[in-house]
Amino acid sequence: MSENANQLSCEAFQAQLPDLIGSGVNLANHPHLRDCELCRALLADLETIAQAARQLFPIVEPPDELWEQIESKIRNEEAPRLPTNGA
Amino acid sequence: MPQSRFPARPFGSASPALDAASSPSPPVSPPQPASAAALASPSEDNVLARAQAGDHQAFAQLYSLHKRRIYSLCLRMVGNVAEAEDLTQEAFLQLHRKIATFRGDSAFSTWLHRLAINVVLMQLRRKGLSLISLDEAMEPAVEERPGRSFGAPDPSLSGAIDRLALQRAIDGLPAGYRLIFVLHDIEGYEHNEIAAMLECSIGNSKSQLHKARLKLREALRMHPQEEGQR
Repeated sequence: MSENANQLSCEAFQAQLPDLIGSGVNLANHPHLRDCELCRALLADLETIAQAARQLFPIVEPPDELWEQIESKIRNEEAPRLPTNGA
Repeated sequence: MPQSRFPARPFGSASPALDAASSPSPPVSPPQPASAAALASPSEDNVLARAQAGDHQAFAQLYSLHKRRIYSLCLRMVGNVAEAEDLTQEAFLQLHRKIATFRGDSAFSTWLHRLAINVVLMQLRRKGLSLISLDEAMEPAVEERPGRSFGAPDPSLSGAIDRLALQRAIDGLPAGYRLIFVLHDIEGYEHNEIAAMLECSIGNSKSQLHKARLKLREALRMHPQEEGQR
């Protein structure tokens, strides 16, 4: 298996990457990566992006008016259904 | 042996319950207090119990406690302020309708989080982001395929990513890419959970996440710095 992995082209290795990454296995010792600077750089970049994204998004405050709109809709939903033929 | 540095579950919490807010609502019955262990704090326990009993003031308190996280989630998923406001509103309206059905099987925040994700997914589907179009969105054009970099000079990101550039790159992702990326890399859902949510295969989820990251990498290499371009 390692011989096959050694002989993987970059294209074949990158085609396997989604599954390899998704499986959570340690890729550091993957035979292809040992010999391929290009794919090592790719993997390092993807890890960096994933890690950076985790710290990226701040918690944001919604506008104050939003609660007023929600409250208004709740009151409408809860209002007793009045007969419409009263006019 | 060191493991992959890819994030597993950023919030460090238990797996968000897949069936919590997505299961069909049972008939509303008299509210029962949720188990204290599943709640964030005794004070929230009290507020939740009162909100489940129909106390408007308590529901307003729940809104205050959770509005930032839910709004931020919606904003991350759709990348649009006006839509995020609408979706936050819809999420809390659904919460109001369903709150009596919360039984405390998971943390309330987890349950609400999943409810909000379902609201966003329903909205995206209404707008035409069906699984089919999601797949199509994920199928990159020939010039975008990862093979493009084979053998060519391929400068890496050199380990430092400009936050604003990354933010812009994520905002610029097609909706399907952003959805998977946010759910996995930011919200911390596993591929099997995402596959269940989006009704796609686990392999599809992995593949789409990978393509989203590749697209972000391309964007970051083309525009590594965004400072001063606001």
